[in-house]
Formats: sequence, C-alpha cells, structure tokens
Amino acid sequence: MPTNISRRDVLKNLAMGVTVGSSLRLIPLQAAELAHRMVSEERAQSPDGAYKPKFFTPHAYQTLRSLCQTIIPPDSETGGAIEAGAPEFIDLLTSENEDYQLTLGGGIAWLDSLCSDRYGKVYLDCSAADQKAVLDLIAYRDNARKDPALGQGVNFFASLRDFTTDGFVTPEIGIKYLQYIGNTYLAEFPGCPPLPES
Amino acid sequence: MEIIRTGKVYDVCIIGSGAAGGAAAKVLSEGGLNVVMLEAGPMLHPDTDYKEHVWPYQLAHRGAGIGGAGYKDFGRTEFMAPNGSWTIEGEPYTKAPGSKFMWFRSRIVGGRTNHWGRIALRFAEVDFRVRSHDGRGDDWPITYQDLEPYYDKVDRYIGVFGTKEGIPSAPDGIFQPPPKPRCTDLLVKRACDKLGIICVPSRKAIITQPLNGRPPCHYCDQCGRGCKTASNFSSSQVMIPPAQATGRFTLITGAMAREIVVNDQGKAAGVNYIDKATRTDQQVRAKAVVVAGSSCESARLLLNSKSRLFPQGLANSSGVVGRYLMDSVGSNGSGYIPVLEKMPPHNHDGSGGMHMYIPWWKFDRKNEFLRGYHIEFGGGRHMPGVGMFNGVNHKYEGYGLELKQRCKQKYGAFIHLAGRGEMISNPNSYCEIDPSAVDEWGIPVLRFHFEWGENEIKMARDMQETFRAIVESVGGTYLTETQTTGDFPYGIRTGGEIIHESGVVRMGNDPQTSALNSFCQAHDVKNLFVTDAACFVTDPDKNPTLSILALSWRASEYLLDEAKKGNV
Repeated sequence: MPTNISRRDVLKNLAMGVTVGSSLRLIPLQAAELAHRMVSEERAQSPDGAYKPKFFTPHAYQTLRSLCQTIIPPDSETGGAIEAGAPEFIDLLTSENEDYQLTLGGGIAWLDSLCSDRYGKVYLDCSAADQKAVLDLIAYRDNARKDPALGQGVNFFASLRDFTTDGFVTPEIGIKYLQYIGNTYLAEFPGCPPLPES
Repeated sequence: MEIIRTGKVYDVCIIGSGAAGGAAAKVLSEGGLNVVMLEAGPMLHPDTDYKEHVWPYQLAHRGAGIGGAGYKDFGRTEFMAPNGSWTIEGEPYTKAPGSKFMWFRSRIVGGRTNHWGRIALRFAEVDFRVRSHDGRGDDWPITYQDLEPYYDKVDRYIGVFGTKEGIPSAPDGIFQPPPKPRCTDLLVKRACDKLGIICVPSRKAIITQPLNGRPPCHYCDQCGRGCKTASNFSSSQVMIPPAQATGRFTLITGAMAREIVVNDQGKAAGVNYIDKATRTDQQVRAKAVVVAGSSCESARLLLNSKSRLFPQGLANSSGVVGRYLMDSVGSNGSGYIPVLEKMPPHNHDGSGGMHMYIPWWKFDRKNEFLRGYHIEFGGGRHMPGVGMFNGVNHKYEGYGLELKQRCKQKYGAFIHLAGRGEMISNPNSYCEIDPSAVDEWGIPVLRFHFEWGENEIKMARDMQETFRAIVESVGGTYLTETQTTGDFPYGIRTGGEIIHESGVVRMGNDPQTSALNSFCQAHDVKNLFVTDAACFVTDPDKNPTLSILALSWRASEYLLDEAKKGNV
C-alpha cells in the first residue's frame, strides 16, 4: 500500500470508487483504513486544543480519541467518531460515573500496560501493525475464552465499542449516515413503501 | 408533631393524578363537587418538560442521561416524559430475601400516563369470569356489561384508534381510524397470516382525527416523550384541564400523603401529607377520599393508616390489602429480518409504538397453560439513539470500517416482539409494610414478595416459540436466547418490570375476602374509594390503563350519586 499520499487523495479515491479514473488502486476497505490511520496520526499530533477533558488525563484522552477513531473511522461519505464528537461524549459520561471511570479509565491503563509488556511502548507509541494486533486480540470475546488474561481488555473494548457507536450515530453526521428520515410533522403517515415478496 | 390544618372541608380529596386520579377529578368536579387533589410530584409543563422533536445531539448526554443513567433505567433517559424511575432518591422499597421485584414510580402531575405506551385494550367478557371459566383465581364482582358503558365513555372522551374486528378475546371499542401500517407491521402481519395468528391494527389512545380541541397525531413516533399537542392521552393534558376549568378543583403538588385520617365514626375525614417544599406536615380535610396513587402506593397508604378503629390499616379488616399482587407476564424477543435491509430510506416514524398488534388468538382451544397473552411489536428505522447498536456490536464484535458499514446495513433491519400475558395471583406474591424501614419523610416503606407460578413460565415458553415462528416465517433469524431454568426461564421478566402491577386492594362481593365493593368503595369505610389498578381482581393480558380509566370513571359517578343523596 502506498504511503506517500495525502488524506485528501485517499478520500477522493474512495469517493470515486476503485475503477473510475483512480490513480490509487485501493479497495475501499484498504483506503478507509489508510484514511483513518492518517486521521488518527494527524489528530494525535495536533490535539484539539478547544476541548479540555473532564475526566481523562491528556495522555488517556489522546488514547481514547485514537481508539474511538479506529472503532469508527472516517470514510469518503462521512467523518468518523472524532468528527462526531464521540470522545467528548464519552469523557462527559465517564466524568459522572465511577463505574465507567474504572471500565474505561482503567481499561486504557490496562491497554498501555499490555502494550508495554509486549512492545515496550504505550499503545499510542506502538506501530500501526502492533496496535492492530492488540486490538484484534481484545475485539473478540472468543480470545478471552482461549486466554483469560485478555478478559479485562475484552470487556473494556466491548464497552468502548458501544459508547463509540452511540457517540457516532447520535449527532447529525451519524443520523445522516444511517439515512434516518423523520422527526417531523406529517398530516398523513404514508405507510410502508412497496415491500418485496419474501 | 405540629400538623397544619386548613379550615376548608372539600367534598372529595383525590390522592394521585394519574389515570385513576385524573378520571375521578374530571367526573367529580364536573359533577359539581369541590375537589382537592394531592400529587407527590411537581407541576407538569409540557412545553418545557417534554423533549418532543429534540434530536439527541441537542443534548450533551445525547439522551443517555447524566452519568449514562438512562442505559440502565429508561426513566432516566433524557427523552422519556418525566418524572419516573425504578429508583427515587430518599424513597426506597425493599424486597424479601429471594424475591425480585421492580417498582416504577412517577412523581409528577399525570403520573405514568405521561410516558405510557398508550395501548388501550378492553378486558374481555371472560376476563371478568375466570373462576367460572377455568377454576383458578376469583371472578370479578362486575361483568363486562357493567363496565362497557364506561369503556365507551372513556373511548369517546380520550380518543382511541383501532378497527372493529369482533374478536372474543379483544372486545371492540369506539375507534378513530388507525394509521397506515409500517413495514415492520406488514411483515409481522404476513407472518401471522401464514401461521394462523390473528394480527390486527392496534388500539391506542392516540387521536388520528381532531377531538375536543386536540389536534390529531402528527406521526413523530415520540409518544413516550410526552406529546406537546396532546394528541395522545395523558391524564395531565386530558383529564386535569377540564377539572381545572370547573373552578371547583384545587391541585396541591409536592404533597406526599402520609396517612388517611379517620374520625370517631370510622369515616375518612382527611389526609395528612408532607409538603415537600417546606418539609412540614399538613392536613387537608374532605368528606370523601379517593385513593389513586398507583396500586402499591395505594396499598401502602392504607396499611400505614392505622388507628384504634383500624389496627390492621384502613379498609383492611379482611387482611387482603397488599395481597394478590400481580404484574403482566412479560417475555421479549428480537429478530433480524433481511428483507428490511433492502427497504429504501423512508419515514418510518408513525404514531408512537406499534400500528398493528397480535391479540390473544388461542382463545378457542386448549393450551398448555391457562389464560392468554397478546404480542406487541416494533422495530425498523426509528430515530437513531444511544444503545441502538449494542445488539449488533455484541453479535458481530470487531471494529473499523466494517463495524461502521454494518451499522448502516443493519439499521432498521430488526423487529422486537413483546409478549404480555396474564399472571394468576399466588400466595407468595404480595407487598407489606417493612417493619424496619422508612423513607426520607419518615413514612414506612413497602417490602415486596414475588414469585412467578408454573402457569406463567409455560406462557413465557409459548411466547418465545411464537416469536421464533413469526421471525422465521418472514425469512428472519431469531436472535433471543433464553434459559429454560434459573431466575428468568424463557426470558420471563422480573415482577413489576412490565409496570402493570395490580390487585393489592381488590374488589369483591365478600368483605371477608376483598377490601372494596364493585364500585371501588371500601367495605369498611363508606366514604373511601380506591380506583386505581389496586382494585383489580385479576390482571388480564390487556394493558391496565384503559380499564383503570373506566373503573375510576364508574366509581366516581357512583360516588357523585351517593354524595348527592347524602350517603357519604
């Protein structure tokens, strides 16, 4: 996969599709991954100065942002979890709930500890490949069945996945992405469009 | 303790402002009586209290509530109409060892009618005659024919949509036209046609045509948030305003009833209550008292109203107050329906909740269990909200673009089914005063004992089998997994969780085995009435609110009549 390309190129590539006049021969999934990694890197380098986390330490918050954007990355159509404000939403709820502080705050510490053991670096400093390897471990319950030492990480990631999804689908970009139509005043309810025979 | 008394003596004091209290307030004040109502919660202001048409992103917590409290308690989501919850700070309840029970309480004008599902089903003829029919439980002291005129009055006044179907287990009402079916309604109907299950337009207290100055539904799917246009029924918007218009109605909010006061003749003379704002004890005096605080709260008040004349609590010489506690049998299921993925984006909102439903359809055969249940269902492309994709995430796990695209693909492709069935009361399900606990006002609290019987478990199993058959017959995958044993066999819900608790101050002809007569009047105290679901003899599968309205309306007309004759 080429590395010396801009995010704009990737998004353009995604928007145009894989066949039509694209100089980058990426399938959408690869391109999206590339795009999201670039976004993550950009964000990590220039953190949003406007938002001061209510609960997370600056380091933990950067980790949270990176994880959120990895869980729901941007694509050609719309932004990802960061653009949807998911990290702020999660920080707000966490600042008000001691259980979440343990699950998410403690979970990030757990992740850093695992990465330090394995790679000698905290999660954010790991290579993209190492980050992916770790997330692939904690993103599935089955891995914790095989290796109980992953149990806390799997629980942490499952919670974060749900919070991130909630943070993504509830703002305008998420609602538009899902193509929800409604929340309006109708004189008549139109009913269901023609249903295919099942 | 100093109790502040006012000089005025009202004709009637009503305790509680929900379905039962609201109906009583309207009938009694319009009938010419001077009425005072005590409500433990604050005034309701629909324009500011209801979150109708608010998007999740307009709220910092996106609807999840402070600290995400709404994830665990739907009463604490920011969108639910105020003001109820499974827990109220400072007002606990306890459970006996081994018992699980959940108690949802609303403390606001209108009570639980602000958020309720608006499902408006009449009890059937057989529902009043269960002992005669199958030998279990007790018959009501009234028949369907006794209540029918009041169902009619309620339907005409509050407005209910539906269709006349002639189904014996689900009597027809006086209906406005129902809204057109959603895709999910049509799919379930398609399944039911294949399976020989009756599926008809639902019956809901939502108006589709103007009624008494209330505009019709505008199809935003947000009834549970409360309706600013009062196009659905709530006591606060439909019953309290006409009472207020009479000029004979006084509403006291923030008034937590502590005790009903009796005079030397053994008649109710007033109510002692705590004015929450000043934390002072007050007394209001009245010639008659209507208790309508919600079933268990009403039982609690009677049990706490002990006196020399009534050492077991008021209206409780029979000892039945608190007994016969029932809730609906609930079991839920979900299915993934691939054909819904193919539907183009469209407005699926409609009126709040289901446009069609499944009434009890196996009334004409012998089943493995007694009584029956109905099925409510929903799903499809509702407004995105927190928690909506938890199930998808749990099933597929992972992360990244795949997860994101999956959300879009699966959005709206699920249907949810909820069985609501009749529980047969049993000796192990009741509430009583906890001898060692009080709330922050010093009022002794309730302790719950609860147990599902074998009949309820069999019913839940039948629900699960039916849900699966419906989902699979439209090419879907049934997703709900339940255990056959343990605390929740076949997914049966915790007692109280369906919020249809009833029966704890039941009516009957025999003062030895019931607390109230057929007009909700206490056998022991002629000027005392209990008109909420506490008076139920059985808890049929039908959601209770419409019957509470009809029973309270009937009791109130009787009280009005008796008052005019000078009998109370």
